[in-house]
Amino acid sequence: MSRVGGGRVVSGAATDSRHAALGLSDLEYDRIVELLGREPGDTELAMLSLMWSEHCAYKHSRRLLRRLPTEGPAVLMGPGENAGVVDVGGGLGLAFKVESHNHPSAVEPFQGAATGVGGILRDVFAVGARPIAVLDSLRFGEVARSARSRYLLERAVAGIGHYGNSIGVPTIGGEVYFEHAYEQNCLVNAMCLGLAPQARLIRAAAAGPGNVLVLLGALTGRDGIGGASVLASAEFGEGDADKRPTVQIGDPFAEKKLLECSLELLDSELLVSLQDLGAAGLTSSASEMAAKGAVGLDIDCDRVPLREPGMEPFEIMVSESQERMLCVVVPERVPDVVAVCERWEIRATPIGEVTDSGRMRIRAGGELVADLPVGILVDDCPVYDLAPVAPEGGPTSIYPAPEPVSAAVDAAGSAGDTLLALLASANLASRLPVFEQYDPVVQSRTVRRPDEADAAVLALPTGEAIAVSIDGNGRRVACDPRTGAAEVVYECAANLACVGGEPLGLTNCLNFGNPEKGHVAWQLSEAVDGIAAACEALSVPVIGGNVSLYNEAPAGPIYPTPVIGMVGRLPDPARAGRLAFGSEGDAIAIVGGFHPSPVGSELAKLRGEPLAAPLPPLDAIAALGAHRAVREAVRAGTLTSAHDIAEGGIAVALAECCVAGNVGARVELPEGLDPFAEAFGRAFVVSGPPEALAGIGAEPGGPRSGHAAVPVTVIGRVGGPALELEGVLGVPVAALAEARAGGLAAAL
Amino acid sequence: MRVRVLVSPKRGILDPQGQAVERALPALGFDGVSNVHVGRLIELDVDDPARVPAMCDALLTNPLIEDYEIVEDVSA
Amino acid sequence: MKFGIVRFPGSCDDIDAQLACERVGEAVLLWHADRDLQGVDAVVIPGGFSYGDYLRAGAIARFAPVMESVAEFAREGGLVLGICNGFQVLCEAGLLPGALLPNVSLRFVFRQVRLEVVDSETPFTRACEPGRTLSIPAKHASGRYFSPEPVDVVLRYAPGENPNGSQDDIAGVRNAAGNVFGLMPHPEHAVDPLTGSVDGLSIFESMRVSVEARVAA
Repeated sequence: MSRVGGGRVVSGAATDSRHAALGLSDLEYDRIVELLGREPGDTELAMLSLMWSEHCAYKHSRRLLRRLPTEGPAVLMGPGENAGVVDVGGGLGLAFKVESHNHPSAVEPFQGAATGVGGILRDVFAVGARPIAVLDSLRFGEVARSARSRYLLERAVAGIGHYGNSIGVPTIGGEVYFEHAYEQNCLVNAMCLGLAPQARLIRAAAAGPGNVLVLLGALTGRDGIGGASVLASAEFGEGDADKRPTVQIGDPFAEKKLLECSLELLDSELLVSLQDLGAAGLTSSASEMAAKGAVGLDIDCDRVPLREPGMEPFEIMVSESQERMLCVVVPERVPDVVAVCERWEIRATPIGEVTDSGRMRIRAGGELVADLPVGILVDDCPVYDLAPVAPEGGPTSIYPAPEPVSAAVDAAGSAGDTLLALLASANLASRLPVFEQYDPVVQSRTVRRPDEADAAVLALPTGEAIAVSIDGNGRRVACDPRTGAAEVVYECAANLACVGGEPLGLTNCLNFGNPEKGHVAWQLSEAVDGIAAACEALSVPVIGGNVSLYNEAPAGPIYPTPVIGMVGRLPDPARAGRLAFGSEGDAIAIVGGFHPSPVGSELAKLRGEPLAAPLPPLDAIAALGAHRAVREAVRAGTLTSAHDIAEGGIAVALAECCVAGNVGARVELPEGLDPFAEAFGRAFVVSGPPEALAGIGAEPGGPRSGHAAVPVTVIGRVGGPALELEGVLGVPVAALAEARAGGLAAAL
Repeated sequence: MRVRVLVSPKRGILDPQGQAVERALPALGFDGVSNVHVGRLIELDVDDPARVPAMCDALLTNPLIEDYEIVEDVSA
Repeated sequence: MKFGIVRFPGSCDDIDAQLACERVGEAVLLWHADRDLQGVDAVVIPGGFSYGDYLRAGAIARFAPVMESVAEFAREGGLVLGICNGFQVLCEAGLLPGALLPNVSLRFVFRQVRLEVVDSETPFTRACEPGRTLSIPAKHASGRYFSPEPVDVVLRYAPGENPNGSQDDIAGVRNAAGNVFGLMPHPEHAVDPLTGSVDGLSIFESMRVSVEARVAA
């Protein structure tokens, strides 16, 4: 292997194709040579190829993401750190972030999903927060038809359970959806929340020339070598089996010890800065630490503890071996750090030092093998503008119509049969077979478990609580990216309102196809605009997130799939809302303006109808009013239940409330309201004593308060053994429950 | 000396892993398979192979629910 | 009343057990490498994945220095409660009969289960209301109880509630002397009305009552 390149200045086209094999374009290689003033050596090229990959550099999305609002009164740490943090009162910060692990999960779903959880946990404790919850958003192909998708679902769920359960962090929520568009490119997005006293929050910036760079945790092996650029920055072609050696293997036990050790080091104030090792391993962690601190770093590969003999310097620098952290320690405290690490059986090895050179200098075997300005790794990667081109002919020019599912759902069938078919369909059926593989109660904070309410609720030591939901959509965003993406944000906020939560901040994962193609660029641009508008209207800042591009197979891209994880605050956990109908005789009402459409609905999908546009327009003021009305009614403790209307429309929402409460309802829908038409994030089904419903939306400040009236339409009463929609359908609750229970069980 | 300890579930105790594998093979086109059991392999380099049974009883196996077989690799 | 909760590398429900015990008395953590039991009146071995469940669940934890002291404490009649992974450790250590095998479903399962109190005379169940079932969460991948010999059963899963295939629906057993008790479900997760049922409290209450009766005697 050649060492650092010689002093020859090269201009014009690259003369060899090393860079192409590593995923760099000719243009990018020329830019590197121009910036360095010479050709890069092998170690340098490997480091640059990863730092300049889409996964690390956000080449196609960086400019776009600047459209998202990132500031708010509760924000303690915004985008750019390992995780964003919001103020939850009592001197506590809540850190949270969502990240994708799509490509590794398609190759090896158990380890891909497990290490996805491991990685997001590390991002959270890297800022000094104790992980207190995990949620995950999963998307696969149609499990009813595809053995491969059943396999991916089963193994990904097992992997998430394995890692989360073993490390003692509860999995408190999530979502899983099935569309043919994800058959070749599954989506595994993992979100983590962590809690920290604000005094313990730490940033990643390295500081203090002369300070020691210490590597904590597992040995470094060949896991994931080249993973970032090879897997995440390219579309899947034929013959991917040989990508298996690059998949990382996770060890939750090692991470548990690393977590406890890291938090104790922080509590003892022994660290100047802390960073986790994720994609592109030492290279990205070290260079980001250096860039944030405007310093340089010298690293000696010979000092890195190795799992495999004979590893080359470039392998050591880009290895993605799991369960490792990097920290900066003042020299006098290094023995104290080692002592704490020994107690937790964590390896602690000084591997370098902070300098004022502004350069990353890597040594191996006594020689300098890389000498790069920090800027070239972190800041100088070319950033590309998207070239969006709206698809002529709309979404049907990109995506084929879904395959129709059964005769039970065609227009000639009865509405009762349609409702049962919807409840039994993979996207609406009970997720119990999934979440019963997760531990939702460890750490003793969980006030609402999966299926009890629309959002998970965790009690805080302050006596208050936080609510959290993760929601995404692909098919509706494919129909109408701008409104569809906005709907995802509104749906998340609506879920929080159902338990009494007020949004504090959100994290987003944008899962899209190849952005170099005009129609995908258009989807991405429209979706980001939709999210930005929703965030502005809801006053919810984006505190961090992730982008996963190139989710595309020869057949075409995935549905454009923004996934939003939102956190909110509620003052009294004892009053957290539930979705189940309760007492016989309770009144049922629709809260919020609800003008749904069959476009993009689950029923349209089951009928095999082609994707269409537009989605029902979102009235931000009206939706906000409905959210506030429901939130306040829940907080007042007067409602029995609150549930947002989403997939399957009002009929499915009512059925879900009946099944959860094991009680029926007698309802008359407003004239002309299609029971299965959909509009997300803006309307709710609530139940409670009639007087309580009459008080919804009544502003304490009266008509002068400035808030518009929120429509509240009483539609019936809880009671009886069946869900009866007058003139439309009557189905026993037992039948609804059976249909819903069976849907996914066959796949798992 | 290189020694391999093959640990298997005690006969007579329900082995759902073995059953799962036995059910899965025919679906992939492999017939004529029965009596499948799934256990675990432990490999060690030892100075004194005579001590391995004691290691099995003390730590490597749970004699209540597992049987074991020791295989010595004389070629190593 | 002072509880000691053992903490191994990989213990997960140790703090939860401490919080539950603090509703009934004082509770300290006992580090695995430390032989000093700090004069506690009862030892709790909590749930989790000690040593990553490597080799077999509980197989390595049973050799921790603290377990020598726990074994001696048990020999002298001290109360020892093993929850989930703690139950596994006690079986591996020979302080309880039998063994825990992988669930028949071969999967981790979380389920709120109803338990019948078969033996309400033990120091761990004497405060449980007779005839009443306990609603307590179970969460484990290897909870299938097996014993070739007859055992002293303390708790059984109510009919239809067995989540793991345990023989005779056994959820918890005691040693012959009655001072060591292991169960797979997690009573420490059933002590707070905000987070679920409070039926688990009676187990910790029973332990306090037993210790105080002993002290008074």
